[in-house]
Amino acid sequence: MAEAMQSINLQAGVPISWYLVLSAVLFSLGVAGFLFRKSIITVFMCIELMLNAVNLSFVAFANQHKQVSGHIFTFFVMVVAAAEAAVGLAIILTVFKNRETLNIDEINSLKN
Amino acid sequence: MQNLWLIPALPFLGFLINGILGKKLPKMVINAVAVGSVVLSFLLVLNIWSSGGDLAANPIHQHYFTWIQSGEINIGWDYAVDKLTLIMLMVVTGIGSLIHVYATGYMAHEEGYYRFFAYLNLFMFFMLNLVLGGNYLLLFVGWEGVGLCSYLLIGFYFVKKSASTAGNKAFIVNRIGDFGFSLAMFLIVVNFGTLDFTKVFAAAPGKSTETLTAIALLLLLGATGKSAQIPLYVWLPDAMEGPTPVSALIHAATMVTAGVYMCTRSAVIFTHAPIAMDTVAIVGLATAVFAATIGLTQYDIKKVFAYSTVSQLGYMFLGVGVGAFSAGVWHLVTHAFFKALLFLGAGSVIHACHHEQDMRHMGGLRKYTPVTMAVLACASLAIAGVPGTSGFFSKDAILTAAYGHAPWMFWVGVVTAGMTAFYVWRAFWMTFWGEYRGHGHPHESPWSMLAPLVVLAFLSIAGGFLFNVPKILEGMFPAAEEVPGESMLMGISIAAGLAGIAISYYMYVVNPKLPQRISDGLGGIYRLVYDKYRIDELYDATVVNPVITGSRSLLWKVMDQGVIDGAVNGVGSEAQLAGGWLKMLQSGNIRSYATWVVLGAVCLLILIGVAEGVTR
Repeated sequence: MAEAMQSINLQAGVPISWYLVLSAVLFSLGVAGFLFRKSIITVFMCIELMLNAVNLSFVAFANQHKQVSGHIFTFFVMVVAAAEAAVGLAIILTVFKNRETLNIDEINSLKN
Repeated sequence: MQNLWLIPALPFLGFLINGILGKKLPKMVINAVAVGSVVLSFLLVLNIWSSGGDLAANPIHQHYFTWIQSGEINIGWDYAVDKLTLIMLMVVTGIGSLIHVYATGYMAHEEGYYRFFAYLNLFMFFMLNLVLGGNYLLLFVGWEGVGLCSYLLIGFYFVKKSASTAGNKAFIVNRIGDFGFSLAMFLIVVNFGTLDFTKVFAAAPGKSTETLTAIALLLLLGATGKSAQIPLYVWLPDAMEGPTPVSALIHAATMVTAGVYMCTRSAVIFTHAPIAMDTVAIVGLATAVFAATIGLTQYDIKKVFAYSTVSQLGYMFLGVGVGAFSAGVWHLVTHAFFKALLFLGAGSVIHACHHEQDMRHMGGLRKYTPVTMAVLACASLAIAGVPGTSGFFSKDAILTAAYGHAPWMFWVGVVTAGMTAFYVWRAFWMTFWGEYRGHGHPHESPWSMLAPLVVLAFLSIAGGFLFNVPKILEGMFPAAEEVPGESMLMGISIAAGLAGIAISYYMYVVNPKLPQRISDGLGGIYRLVYDKYRIDELYDATVVNPVITGSRSLLWKVMDQGVIDGAVNGVGSEAQLAGGWLKMLQSGNIRSYATWVVLGAVCLLILIGVAEGVTR
């Protein structure tokens, strides 16, 4: 295991900051999409994008500090994301059935 | 050993029973409780009277508990009985009992029967406390308490606007006097370190005249409020809005004499303050004349007697002021007899005439109410000072003492005596002589009302012999100086009284058109006196209205509405405004929430960055 890790590190030779910058860019794209897109589906996918951006920084740090917890966290996030996708898509379907729209601005029943 | 505390406690028990349970009790029980408690007190007082031993040498003094202990000051709940107190106790409980009996008849058909008797018993409790109290503070408790009961009973018919206003007036005017009394007590505490009568009076001769004068004048201010003297007399005539037994008990016989009692009690202080003594005499004399002139013109039978009360109280203060304390107390006692009788008789007349109080709508009642007429005649003779009646002795004692002090006071007093005789007999003729001018058929009152009247009539006539107050009080006060030519002075005052009666007979029986001609002839002066010198209007213009206007414009509009309400409402509306802004955040749009989250996160990151930069 330790040898394998060593090999990845040697092969890559990419500084951690690159990973983090990529993660930040991905995350910002996700946020921007979440904020500015109108379709629920897109918004939903943007959430996935943000989650995976975070995953990227997790594994990057895990690699950097030679600790497994980062990997484990990533698995957790992926499990949650999968579950969320199932529930979320179900909600979206139901919303579409009831409202016949996927425009997020029209779905504001949180108010009142 | 007498249990003094029982004397006030019994009426208080009556107050509790009638006040709490009275609504459900039958009238018989209410009567029994109310009258019984006061009569029992009277019997206890009689017991002291007959078996008290030598009160002059060793007065009864009972200490129950320490009420206030603060630093050097120790105020106990003490009751003390000396001869002065005993006389007051006799008057208060004796006349109180009679008036309670009378009231059972007079108030028989009134709403709030139990309430009336509860208040009346409460009054008895406080009044007895006032005269029994062994220190100034206990006296003050009674003093305030009777003021409260006076207010409650004047405003007994509280649905009547005039009655509740009169109650307020009495209470507020008395506050001014009580303010003086409180200041006097503070001065006593500062200078004597105690409020106990015995200690204060023992130490008083050693104090400076200025201190004693200040205390005495402030006590006098208190007395002018309670005893309706110039300048605070204005509440008493209005107090006639109350039921007639109340006028008789509180506003003629007992409460209003509390000021005289208090000044007499403080005789040691007053005698060492000559300026204060002169002030008392002059206030008394001025009030006596002033009120008598108003009494000449009034038509409301109770108003006539009310001004008469003010005037007679003035006499008592004249007696006190010229140093004849026992004569003042004597007049207090006899006045209690005949003035209570006058009021109760007036109540009987009013009862007979179906609640008519205007004497112009009475007349000829001697055919219908012979007993009332007979007893009122006794009272009128007594107040006119006809020889042999009770009023004669006491009035003569005061006038003689006044002559010894300053002859001009005697002459003014004599003129007042003449006026007194005139207006009381004017009321008598207008009520009982001539033709009946009212409505309905007048009828005689029931015996529950007449019996007390007969007793009081007897006392009015014979009270001077039965209660020779100066003899009883001998040795308590410095003896009045011998006045030369006493019999001549007596003759003059008798003549004045008889002349008053004769003139009133001529004007209202022989020649009934004369009064109208005289009042027409006097014109403006008559109007002025008839309007009570417009003192009420003067007070309205100088005191009442400025206070009201000031309260309304400054205290209400500026302070209350502007500052206090402004602050409270301002906080509310600011919070609402802020809420109005904040609620825009709650759009219900998920993306706007998310925007805030992101903005918050960005802010946090910036903050962290700044913090890092600072610490590094």
